[in-house]
Amino acid sequence: MTKPVIIVGASMGGLRAAEALRRFGYAGPITVIGEERHAPYNRPPLSKEVLAAEVSHEAVAFPQRDSTADVNWLLGTKIESADLEHSTVTDSQGETHAYGTLIIATGLRPKRLEVANGELAGRHAVRTLDDAIALRKELQPGAKVVVLGAGFIGCEVAATARKLGCEVTVVAPGIHPIVRPLGIDLAKELQRRHEAMGVKFFMKTQVTDLVGSTRVQGVVLDDGTVLECDVLIEAIGSNVNDEWLEGNDLDLSNGVLTDNDMRALKTGGEAWPNVFAIGDVARFANPLFDGEPRRVEHWNIPTDTAKRVAQVFTGQAEGQFAPIPSFWSDQYDMHILAYGLLALADEVKLIAGELQDECVFGYYREGKMVGVCGIGMRTTVMGYRKEFELK
Amino acid sequence: MTIKIEVDMTKCQHYGQCVFEAPDIFRLNADDKLEYTAEADDSELANVEAAIDVCPMQAISLVK
Ligand SMILES: Cc1cc2nc3c(=O)[nH]c(=O)nc-3n(C[C@H](O)[C@H](O)[C@H](O)COP(=O)(O)OP(=O)(O)OC[C@H]3O[C@@H](n4cnc5c(N)ncnc54)[C@H](O)[C@@H]3O)c2cc1C
Ligand code: SF4
Repeated sequence: MTKPVIIVGASMGGLRAAEALRRFGYAGPITVIGEERHAPYNRPPLSKEVLAAEVSHEAVAFPQRDSTADVNWLLGTKIESADLEHSTVTDSQGETHAYGTLIIATGLRPKRLEVANGELAGRHAVRTLDDAIALRKELQPGAKVVVLGAGFIGCEVAATARKLGCEVTVVAPGIHPIVRPLGIDLAKELQRRHEAMGVKFFMKTQVTDLVGSTRVQGVVLDDGTVLECDVLIEAIGSNVNDEWLEGNDLDLSNGVLTDNDMRALKTGGEAWPNVFAIGDVARFANPLFDGEPRRVEHWNIPTDTAKRVAQVFTGQAEGQFAPIPSFWSDQYDMHILAYGLLALADEVKLIAGELQDECVFGYYREGKMVGVCGIGMRTTVMGYRKEFELK
Repeated sequence: MTIKIEVDMTKCQHYGQCVFEAPDIFRLNADDKLEYTAEADDSELANVEAAIDVCPMQAISLVK
């Protein structure tokens, strides 16, 4: 019997890999193993419209395609370890699964606040559907919500909680929300818009402790101020789910390092012939920008990397792999859309519109555009996408 | 043979990602709003499936 392609991680990356393998003509066995009990679903709505409405699997589930009807899904199953020399993975029940090819798609999990008084109810993070269901119940009108972290997810959750009638305070170390990668002008404007909606900000601030005996009642800031808090939402970044790969010859210094074909690399630089990594967990160089490998936590990356793997696996890959990073974010009535890697820029300038209204910013490194981001003005933003095509 | 395409306009946020995958089916009008052709030739199937994949709101579906 042919050994299956085993995909570890049953989220967007895992699903897209199974679909792409079928699309490019692989007809052999595929097993997808995922820790969550839910079939793959779309995460972005969990901090946005779904969190504001009713949170259910149905509202966010990816449609199942006929082409993947024969895929073997092992949900609610965590892989604890892998033995790449012998091409096996072992789950938490102790069962070992042999693979012909392994696709690593285990993504990220949220970082959590580490404080002495940490074991309290009312603490939340938003990565999974179950996280969002638990949080939604607590976002009642009038609830005092403290959001830790002012990145995209922090800002989106703050906006959503505000919309639900909560009193919202954001606490974060940076000078303005999402200042990296948006740049100072846009970040400052974003903060202004949040403040106009009634969100309070404590920037350049850390949380040193929590108040409460069984449930969180307050957060202690580094200047000694105590903020009342019924619900604490921690959006302070993420950790890579790659511990299960330890002990193998891989570069796991920040996710799984791969080559341009998404093949996992040994520490000596040679590629494992039958091990790939995709999505948020993969670190790869994108020839659109430079030779520096990076993890890119954008929604288009699972789909694009999965497609590349399927093409390589079926011998249909052509040219260099150079996906255009794209992301969007919804906060109140603001629709933010961006292409490229904004964080690489050494210069940011307004290139269309008005800062207080709809606007587009260009991001440049040594004079060359590396990113574009707009609030509204989508057609203009989209017009710049071709700047990022590989020439 | 033709395919039928449906966009759930209560979900669509007019991001236009679909436009890059199937430009003959999807477009943004002068007001940045999505417009699309609901029926197309079979030959568009692969493009439409790619558009379904990249739609952030998962708003596009094929009607069977
Ligand atoms: C709240 C939220 C909002 C977002 N909004 C946006 C947005 O607006 N725009 C944007 O571009 N991107 C957004 N993103 C990012 C986007 O959702 C991610 O880039 C995408 O989900 C990555 O998919 P993935 O399959 O690589 O990893 P994940 O979705 O993290 O999936 C990994 C899966 O692997 C499973 N797993 C982990 N370890 C194991 C193990 N040992 N054994 C078995 N299974 C395991 C996990 O349970 C998980 O289901 C958002 C993310 C979140 C959480
Ligand atoms: S990609 Fe989806 S959300 Fe965006 S315009 Fe097309 S249908 Fe609408």
